[in-house]
Amino acid sequence: MQLNKVLKGLLIAIPVMALSACSSSSNSGAGNSGEQDNSNNTQVESNDGGNDSNVAVDTVERQQTPEEIQEERDAGLRQTQTVYFEYDKNNVQYQYNDLLAAHARFLVKNPSTSITIEGHCDERGTPEYNIALGERRAKSVSKYLKTLGVSSSQINIVSYGEEKPTDKSRTESGFAKNRRAILVY
Amino acid sequence: MKKLIQTALMTLVLLQTSLVNAALEIEITGGIDQARPIGIVPFKYEGTGTPPNIVDVVAEDLRRSGKFNPIAVINMPQRPSQDSEVDYAAWVAEGVEVIVVGSIKEYDNNRYMVTFSLIDVLRGQITDGKGQRLSDGKLVESKDHILELPRQVVIEPKQFRQYSHRISDVVYERLTGNKGVFRTRIAYVIVRDGAPKPFQLVVADYDGANEISLLRSNEPLMSPAWSPDGTKLAYVTFENRRAQIYIQDIYTGQRTLLTAYDGINGAPQWSPNGEDLAIVLSKDGNPEIYVINTKTKALRQITSNRGVDTEPSWSPDGKSVTFTSERGGKPQLYSVNLTTGKTRRLTFTGEMNLGGSITPNGKQLVMVNRTRGKYHIARQNVKGGDFKVLTTTKLDESPSISPNGSMIIYSTLYREAQVLALVSIDGRFKARLPVSNGQVKSPAWSPFL
Repeated sequence: MQLNKVLKGLLIAIPVMALSACSSSSNSGAGNSGEQDNSNNTQVESNDGGNDSNVAVDTVERQQTPEEIQEERDAGLRQTQTVYFEYDKNNVQYQYNDLLAAHARFLVKNPSTSITIEGHCDERGTPEYNIALGERRAKSVSKYLKTLGVSSSQINIVSYGEEKPTDKSRTESGFAKNRRAILVY
Repeated sequence: MKKLIQTALMTLVLLQTSLVNAALEIEITGGIDQARPIGIVPFKYEGTGTPPNIVDVVAEDLRRSGKFNPIAVINMPQRPSQDSEVDYAAWVAEGVEVIVVGSIKEYDNNRYMVTFSLIDVLRGQITDGKGQRLSDGKLVESKDHILELPRQVVIEPKQFRQYSHRISDVVYERLTGNKGVFRTRIAYVIVRDGAPKPFQLVVADYDGANEISLLRSNEPLMSPAWSPDGTKLAYVTFENRRAQIYIQDIYTGQRTLLTAYDGINGAPQWSPNGEDLAIVLSKDGNPEIYVINTKTKALRQITSNRGVDTEPSWSPDGKSVTFTSERGGKPQLYSVNLTTGKTRRLTFTGEMNLGGSITPNGKQLVMVNRTRGKYHIARQNVKGGDFKVLTTTKLDESPSISPNGSMIIYSTLYREAQVLALVSIDGRFKARLPVSNGQVKSPAWSPFL
């Protein structure tokens, strides 16, 4: 939910920044019209008093800073909040490094934000043992985030064991989908 | 709907008793061939209207015990209602050794007098119903073929089912020397996906009848455990998005929070004297076994180990706790003496052994065994040896032993759904319990009530 807001915020913020940069540089140039950005059409027209177009104005796409690129990429990565585990294993697999790094950067930047890491298991084994295994999975994700600088006060852990499977087919692929940790904001 | 079911049931009763099994949805999947044939003769009815149904409940109970095989009514040579009417030889010729006979009489407004007795037809044939014994140096008539003299009771129709279970208990105990569990209950969790508050804690009669919901939740419920007096359940709830252990009085509905530590609060099990619970907490890191006093909530840590320790279960004498531990690598069962702290490993067979508990006589250990990736219910002697896998079902878990030690109820997978199943302690008798609408798990067999 909050991730979506952040992403939307970015989508709005970036073009606005680009526009303000443009307008300050082309302030002296009279009669600029034909802005590519539709959202600014009304403003352009009222300045101009009409929509005759004897000129065509083009813009240069503003270069994003490396931070902005990273932030945009992270926001995308953070859309994914689930990491999966191998059977009977609780180590974070390498393919989730980028994903967890993105979450970690966000949490470090937003120290007032906290998350709950839910640990889940497939339906094999006993419910009580799976509660223990699920906690171990959640903790291994927590440990990973802490290594990247996230404060332990920002992280809650809860293990649901095998009580909340997402796929109830009891097939190998179903089991694989259920062995997971979810980062809930 | 109820009428329809009643009509359907009656029709089936008229057809033959074996069909009633289907109507009751119990599905016995193995072991009847070793059961002892018994005749549960339809009770003679003196009254108006539909005769109340008692014998079907008794027959079902005895069949489900795995020890008896009630013969079909159509195969009965006669329908006596008391000893004087019994043709002993005719029953013996059918291979039957014991019969239950009785009658139901309209007593007064909405009350009935029920009479039943238990007759050893084999002994009756030998003595011709005139068994004698020595009394004061003289031979007197003893009628020793009558195992239970006629018992009489006046009851209302709503008590019929319960009284039927009572008859089953009397018959079972008289013939096996072991107490019957036909008036016990089971607690379990049902998950009804898509329903509002899909997680339900329910109790039902041991046969699945009279299911009553005690708690409905949007979040998982786990691990119900009966207090030794049968009045309370301890269980784990995630209603506050974390694990907490609550105790609920099943009669008043009163709920008391027992623990809400950080991390796991799980696997509660009452001590035999009802004063303490063994639980699992991970507040200091990894899951460890603790004993908590129900009144003072004082904690005593029982295990301390780098791996997982979970699934505590009390020995019947309350002196030790069996638990699952990873201290040797994969999970195996261990026992810790609560006085000395001495711990010993109990299981060595298969890849893993989990969820252990000891039978009421203290002799056998029941567990979930994993061998070649398959999870089955198994048992062995507590002192080691005689290991036996009891089930052939899929993804078996949560075994709970009946208070007389004869049967195990557990959760398993059947046609893509979690259901409850029964297996006798010797592994010969197997049955599935009625499938309710949803996934059924975490069964806990009550003590004698």
